Parts: sequence; C-alpha cells; structure tokens
Amino acid sequence: MKDMAATDVKLQDIAEFLWMEADLLDRRDYDTWLDLWTEEGFYVIPVDKEGDDFANRLNIAYDDAKMRKMRVERFQAGFSISSAPPADSVRTLSRFVIEGAEGDTVTVRAAQHVIEDKFGRQRMFAANVTWKLKVTEDGFMIRDKVIRLLNSDGVLTSISYLF
Amino acid sequence: MSLDEFPSGPQTDELMKGDRVATPMYEDPALFDVEMERIFGKSWVWVAHESEVPGKGNFVLSWVGTQPVIVSRDRKGEIHVLVNRCRHRAASVCEIKKGKTSSFQCPYHGWGYALNGDLRAIPYSEGYSDDFKKENFGLKKLRVETFEGMVFANFDHDAEPLEDFLGNAKPWIRLFMKQGGGFPVKTLGEHQFKVPMNWKVQLENTTDAYHFPIVHKSFLQSLDGEANETFSFMDDDDGYVEDLGNGHSVMVMMPELIDLDENLDAPIPERFKELAAELAEQGYEDEKVRRIVRAVGGCGFNLNLFPNAGCSLSFFRILRPVSVNETEIRHIALGMDGGPEVANQMRMRLHEHFQGPMGFGSPDDAEVWERVQRGSAGAGDVDVMVNRGLGLEKESKNGLPVGDISAETGMRAAYKQWKKVMDQ
Repeated sequence: MKDMAATDVKLQDIAEFLWMEADLLDRRDYDTWLDLWTEEGFYVIPVDKEGDDFANRLNIAYDDAKMRKMRVERFQAGFSISSAPPADSVRTLSRFVIEGAEGDTVTVRAAQHVIEDKFGRQRMFAANVTWKLKVTEDGFMIRDKVIRLLNSDGVLTSISYLF
Repeated sequence: MSLDEFPSGPQTDELMKGDRVATPMYEDPALFDVEMERIFGKSWVWVAHESEVPGKGNFVLSWVGTQPVIVSRDRKGEIHVLVNRCRHRAASVCEIKKGKTSSFQCPYHGWGYALNGDLRAIPYSEGYSDDFKKENFGLKKLRVETFEGMVFANFDHDAEPLEDFLGNAKPWIRLFMKQGGGFPVKTLGEHQFKVPMNWKVQLENTTDAYHFPIVHKSFLQSLDGEANETFSFMDDDDGYVEDLGNGHSVMVMMPELIDLDENLDAPIPERFKELAAELAEQGYEDEKVRRIVRAVGGCGFNLNLFPNAGCSLSFFRILRPVSVNETEIRHIALGMDGGPEVANQMRMRLHEHFQGPMGFGSPDDAEVWERVQRGSAGAGDVDVMVNRGLGLEKESKNGLPVGDISAETGMRAAYKQWKKVMDQ
C-alpha cells in the first residue's frame, strides 16, 4: 500500500471515513472495523482527563492490536452475558477539527454522543475523540484512537460495545 | 424518619434466616435507611489507602455510607476523616476529588476550616455574640484508625478498636500487602461504575467462586492455557472459603499464592517471562526479579471486609451504597511505590484486562448483579438462598465454619454480622 501526503486531505473525506467507522460500530461489524487499523496503534479510553502518558496510567481501555482482537472475539463468542446480547447503540459524530498533518498522518478530533438501550433503559455517553489516521492510496487507516469520555474519572456504567 | 417504619426495629429474624435471606433485603427502602444508621453509622468503614494522602496537606474525597467525607492529612502527618459539610448552612466545603491544600473554605459564606476540621476563620465575625465559640463548630469528625495502610473511619466514637474488629482478617491483610514485592503498596488509579443493585449483592459476590466459570467464561477464554489453569479453581479441590468472624471472610482460590514470599524458586509462568527478562536486564538480582514477578501476579485470595471493602486478588474493591437499588463500585489498582516502571505497567494492564466498565470481567458481573435486582422485584415471598455448602463445612482453628471453594460460607458470615449489628 502506497503512503500519501496527509497535508492535502479534505475534511469531507475524513468525515466520510469516520462516519463509516461509526456506522460499523453501531452495526457491530467488528471484523470490518479491525481491518481499518494499522498494526502498531492503540485504542485508548483514558481515566484521566489530562495527559497522554497512557502506558504509565490506568485506563478504561488500552488496546494494542492483540487486545483489540481479543476484545472483539469476546463480544462475538456469545459467552459474555453483558454482550450477548449487548446494548443497542446509536451514535453521532460532529464538530470535526483537523488538528494537523505530518508525513502520511493526519490528526483529527470530533465530538461524539452515544446513546445505548438495554432492559428498556437508556444511557448516554459524550466524548471528545481524537484519531491519528494514516493516509494511503486506498484511503484512510486508523493508527491511534483516543476516546476521552466527559465523565471518564467519574462513576461510569458498564459498557458492552466499542466507542 | 426511617425508624418510624419499624416501631420496634426491623424484624431481623424474618429477614436473615441463616441459610437464606428475605427479598426485602434487596428491595425495601426503609430497611436501607436503617442499615445506613446502624451499619454504616456504627461500623469501621474503609475510606482510603494511605498512599492517596501521602503528604502533609493531601486530601481525598470519600464516603461513609451515603455521607460525603474528606480524608485529610494535617501538618503533623495525622489523618482525619471529616464530614464534607459546612457547620454553618451545610454547603460542601470541598468538591475537588484529590489534591493538596492548607485549609478548606466554604464557598457560601467563607467559613474556613483547618486540615483537622477545626473552624479557624469566619468572615465578619462581629455578627456573632460572645456566646459563639468557634471550637464548637468544627467539621464533624469521625474516629480514624489505620491498619497496613488502609484507612477506616467510624461515626461511633465508642466503637471497639479497629484491630479488634478486623480480628482474624488481620493476618490475611498482611499477606495481601506482600504484593508490594518488597516495596510499599500504593494506589495506581481506579475504575468506578455504578450498578442498579442493592449493596449486599456486591458484598456477597466478593466470596462467590461459584459464578466464576459461568459469568467469566469469556475472560477465561482470553487467557493463555497456563493462566486459564490458574483461574480454574472451581475444578480444583484445594480452594476454600473461611468465615473469619465479625462479617469478614476469605475465599482462597489459589492456595499456592497465599504467601507470595513462599516457593519463589517455582518456575516463572509463561506470561511473566518477558517481564522477568526485562527486570534482569535492568540489573535486578534473580531473587528480586522472582519476588517482583510473583507480586505482579497478585494474591490467590479474596478477603471480604464487612461492610464495604474487599482485598481482591490484586486490587481493592470498595462498595458504596447509594440507595436501596443503586450501588457504586470502585476497583482500585495497586502497585509498587518506587518499584520498576515495567512491573507497575503490567499491574495496570492486568487490571484493565478484567476490571472496570470495559474490562473482560466486570461488565459481566454488573450484568448479573443488575439481573438479581430485576429478578427480586418478582415473588417477594420467595427467599434468596445462601445455603450452598451447609452441612459440608468443617471448623477452622478459629472455631468458625470453613466451606469448599464454592460454598456460600462468606455470605453467611456477612449476613450473621448484618443481623448482629442491626439488632444492636
């Protein structure tokens, strides 16, 4: 796969890619979602509101490629009572901001709202999400994704799907 | 007030029947209010670990039952637990979760309190007559005692000493703290989540091995063969649950990991080999490497401390009752203060793997706990059974019951204490 310069990507293209990712996650098409990733990156949901030394802090999720795959397998195998069935989710992504581009990587952030439904009760999460996207000839790939929940250091509820 | 609902006190004989408990134990809001007064108002309640307030002026917010408290360390190094409520018109005096300060100032009218809770300053004090004595208006103080770094508070200033209350649990607490691997134990952050359940559903679960292979099957499947073997304690016959008295109990899942300093010559498990190699490369001697690696894996038991704390394998699990059907859970990660960074990193990764709102274990626990609360809305005349292992128990050297690994001995221990305290 040939790498492309990230400096001239358009916001519309990024938004379309991230909306496609959001749609995959709401539909729980996790195998397709895993394929969007490069091998080296991390999927992170920090507890702390500040700082980015994730390796030396306790996180809600800190997934390299192996952990991402294991997490998806857990969801799919049908033996986890919280994810068989999981809560249904509907998410929206908006307020996209391109933070910068360097080499083949563009950094973008957005606002995300997720509403889940299970047992006839609904719960809501709001998050600031930052992606590092690798720009290739065939489109974008996710290198890193950091989900900063608005109440990450507060009292959450259990989560049976991916942000 | 809640006690009006029970003119002669709640009928505890009808609620706790030894081998079973009645459904109102999970469902009755009036009973919950009495529990807050008689149990959380009179017992030693876990509020913090000393490493959360390491130095002079450090403080952390916590709870005793439904009451918000501040845990602070004063200039002499003494720890205080203070109700987070201004003595003037009740506003909370601190809403920062953790930090360092020289005083607490109420935002409403500016009353200022010292780290030990004493009222120090009142703006425009000429508005009070000479009868007003500042020494009568300090923040409400709880009794505070610590054991092995754990800080407990008690609203009852006449309560028995903490160490008497912990009793047979004390040696287990000392064993648990060996997972510092030669370094002091410190907190490394925490996961918090709430579950629509009664607090006693969580109290029961800390010594419930029976659910593990069922609820945590997906966690077990994510482990390598050797680690899977370690967690297959339900299939072994050497685990046990022991009543320790005063509501405390211990569930030993992996007897070979009771004392982490023993059998250090045993082969290092596959999943810790990379860590061991890295520590050796950093210059740690072989014995030290083995001790640290052993500590990283955590202990082989869950210690349940009535009414709100668990020393669970490698972390603290702390419950906070919010209402009759809502409970907040804290899973506090522990590590080695001054220990190697790679070792603490692995501790955190292992914690993230199982615990918290997105761990491979806790969401499934939360699901079944919620299902208990949903189910107990039906057939209120039917009891909740905690009789597993009855008739099969042996007697410990303390003269208390010991059941096999899956026995509900620990739950019965907690409910015995529940009844004793509720009847006082």
